[in-house]
Amino acid sequence: MQTRSRRTTWNAGLVSGLLLFLAIVVIAAIAPIAFGSAAEESGARQGPSADHWLGTDTAGHDMLLRSLVATRLTLLMTIGATAIAVVAGVLLGTGVWLMRGRTREVCLRVIDGMVAFPALLLALVVAAVLGAGGSSAVVAIGIAGIPYFARLTGNLAAKVSQQDYITTARLLGVKNTRIVLKHMLPNMAEPLLVLSASTFAQSLTAISALSFVGLGVQSPAYDWGKLLNEALPSLLAGRPYQMVGPASLIIITGIAAILIGDGLAAMANPRSSTKRAPALTVPSGSVLQQDDDRSYVATIKDLQISAGGVPLVKGVSLGIKEGEILGIVGESGSGKTLTAMALARLLPDGLSSQASKLTVDGLDLLGAVPARRMAETVALVYQDPGSTFNPSLRMGTQLTEVLTTHKNWTKAKARQRILESLRMVRMTQPELRMKQHPHELSGGMRQRAMIAAALSNEPRLIIADEPTTALDVTVQADILRELKRINRDYKTSMMFISHDIGVVRALCDRVLVMYRGEIVETIDASNLTEVQVQHEYTKALLAATPDMSDPLPVRQRAVPVSTDSTEGVLHV
Amino acid sequence: MTEFTNRGVQTSEAVVLEAFPPPNAVRRPSRAMHPWLSFAIRRGASLIVTFLALVVVSFLIVQLIPGDPAFAIAGANADLADVERVRQELGLDLPLGQQFMTYIGQVLSGDLGTSFIYRQPVSTVILSRLPFTATIAVAGIVTVLLIAVPLGMMVGLLTRSGKRSWLDTGFGVITGFLDSIPGYIVATFLVILFALGIGIFPMLPPAYSTRMVAESFVLPVAALVIGPICTVSRVVRRETAVVLENDYMRTARGWRLPASKQYVKWALPNLLTTTLTLSGLIFSGMIGGAIVIESVFALPGLGTGIIKAILDRDYPVIQGMVIVIGMIAAAINLLVDVVLGLIDSRNLGGSHANA
Repeated sequence: MQTRSRRTTWNAGLVSGLLLFLAIVVIAAIAPIAFGSAAEESGARQGPSADHWLGTDTAGHDMLLRSLVATRLTLLMTIGATAIAVVAGVLLGTGVWLMRGRTREVCLRVIDGMVAFPALLLALVVAAVLGAGGSSAVVAIGIAGIPYFARLTGNLAAKVSQQDYITTARLLGVKNTRIVLKHMLPNMAEPLLVLSASTFAQSLTAISALSFVGLGVQSPAYDWGKLLNEALPSLLAGRPYQMVGPASLIIITGIAAILIGDGLAAMANPRSSTKRAPALTVPSGSVLQQDDDRSYVATIKDLQISAGGVPLVKGVSLGIKEGEILGIVGESGSGKTLTAMALARLLPDGLSSQASKLTVDGLDLLGAVPARRMAETVALVYQDPGSTFNPSLRMGTQLTEVLTTHKNWTKAKARQRILESLRMVRMTQPELRMKQHPHELSGGMRQRAMIAAALSNEPRLIIADEPTTALDVTVQADILRELKRINRDYKTSMMFISHDIGVVRALCDRVLVMYRGEIVETIDASNLTEVQVQHEYTKALLAATPDMSDPLPVRQRAVPVSTDSTEGVLHV
Repeated sequence: MTEFTNRGVQTSEAVVLEAFPPPNAVRRPSRAMHPWLSFAIRRGASLIVTFLALVVVSFLIVQLIPGDPAFAIAGANADLADVERVRQELGLDLPLGQQFMTYIGQVLSGDLGTSFIYRQPVSTVILSRLPFTATIAVAGIVTVLLIAVPLGMMVGLLTRSGKRSWLDTGFGVITGFLDSIPGYIVATFLVILFALGIGIFPMLPPAYSTRMVAESFVLPVAALVIGPICTVSRVVRRETAVVLENDYMRTARGWRLPASKQYVKWALPNLLTTTLTLSGLIFSGMIGGAIVIESVFALPGLGTGIIKAILDRDYPVIQGMVIVIGMIAAAINLLVDVVLGLIDSRNLGGSHANA
């Protein structure tokens, strides 16, 4: 739940749901009084006619009138069952939350066990004890709904109880019951209301189902389910019209309840209703210039990226030389990641980009490039090694995938190569790692694996997007050393993105400083001192670095410039 | 009875996911014991507890009948001799503790008692009905998975990051509408459309023919699956959207894996946890459930059986069915968890009680 201003926007669903429901309630109130006796008039069995729009049943009762009259009983029974489920469920759910340690654990287990069970069985057990009948159907369906409601209330309570104000109230020694009544229930009201609406819809169909199979309302009383029950033989005999009235009323009421529930949910969660920015067209090429410097592995000219008209990268041009490590520094949202992703042709959906030139290793990225060529040319190492690997697959399966896909190698050959690469990045126990799932590896190990995957393809360019930000300081140093070694030993060019100017200075040959979508300064890493840089922003970045002599600073601080740059900022 | 199984699912799938967080979400410290061993011990124990709970509940069904159970069971027209016979037959004249011990002893030795109506062992009654329910439930869940998973994934892919909003809306409205129609009403529509109108699928209840005719299961299965297909495909659609946003999908794109591999090999396994958890619930609902559907099509399955038993006050049959259906549901839950464990061993440590 976000503390966004909650506008009570009445969405169309909620309004139509409420109107439908109101209509049903009016029918429930009026129909038994107005048509109660007319619905009992018997006669001959007839098909639909001007007198009997929906025909009559075998005893000659008008089906339309009976369907309308049955609304009251059906509605009352459904409300009864819903009330049982809601009240008992909330009491149980919050009650469990009030318990301590072991008891709470056991109770949660019991409720869990019951939820995992078909509610039907519970309903039938109750029906078996109480016998067939309307009131026992209400009790049965009500009780059957309790575990689920209790479970969800328990979840909500657990979530709400972690909020600051609850903790504060507890510290102040406010009594538990008071906390529940004053602080928790009001904050759970919205989701509980949504849930109640859906419970109502479920209870309606369930109660009608019990009457339909003969375990609910008994003659001469009738609800919609009972009417369906009486109509079944007629249906099988080829007279379906008798079903129409009760069936459509059940559907309409159910839809009304669901619309109300959905509407309430949408109201409570404003994010769900906001439309996302429409997808825009991706790269459109333009004039190619012939000033190609052969020593550049990658070239970008006049790259512009925007999201829904908001410019995020404003005309960036850069080149990466053979065997060079080019650093790009800048704060979050400065456009450095987007620039790199454009070069990798991995811009997220919804962004549009334009450039007059975009090449890697002689490949024109503005046109179509075969996937295999792309995979063999550019490799990526991402920021958070915790999420870059697929949690469901073993490391070996994932790492070998590039090779089996693009080089058409056999599994065994790919495995050999990956093992080699893993040894190259000095991964401990590589054979074991191949069999493990990502979560069994440490962050540093996963990042080594990512680098190994990059290496295995012998790419021309490695784009490393803040590869050490999520790692411990010591691990960070290891990974940086690894990248440096690869660059030295295999002459692989690199684009190294960071917001940590100290790291960049230690690793890179040349550094670009980006600020609000533009390159504000290009400088050799060795000249990266406060005396030699030109731009104010670079100076500020440098000033924010704790110790100028430390090659790998302990922890970067927030850059104290430009607090107003949030608009249009998108950090990928 | 599908309307029970997707209780709460209709309004928001989030509700279901909240009640059953995907086990991945809970990362537990790895224990010294082998995960499968501790899983077996834990689940074995919980199966035993479930069984005992079911025995107690089924025992209580008779005890809790308001008034004198013997009178109620014998029925309104019974004379005193009948009542006494019932009392003796059920052992209602014995002290409660002794009754329970006798009952549990019988159940453990596989004796579920004798039906009042059929005058044959309850186990025979149940076994003769089980195949019908099992057939439509198994066919049902297979159909649900085969249709809902590809459908949900496809819609999820086509509508990712706000594309094709018309499809998103249309899909939501149609599935929402179909999902809100109770299975038994769907069943009647199907009967009108196919059995009466076109006459492709026979209404003939399988029991009346010499063998189980496949065609006569088509309509019951169809009626049973339409709601769950909507529920599951909506959940899969939503999960697909979530999975596609994940960093590991970017990794797959970065490795330039072909689209088919990205979706099938990379995305699908991550959808399975939620899908299977939900399907397990739907399946166990179907097995006990098909009740109303069975009534519409006059299938002699467990559903019609337990209804008839309740109406006939055939308590031994009711008790036996509660135990059997309950154990089947427990077995399905276990099966789903085993499958989840095979997919990802982290799921083995999963306890739902992480509130």
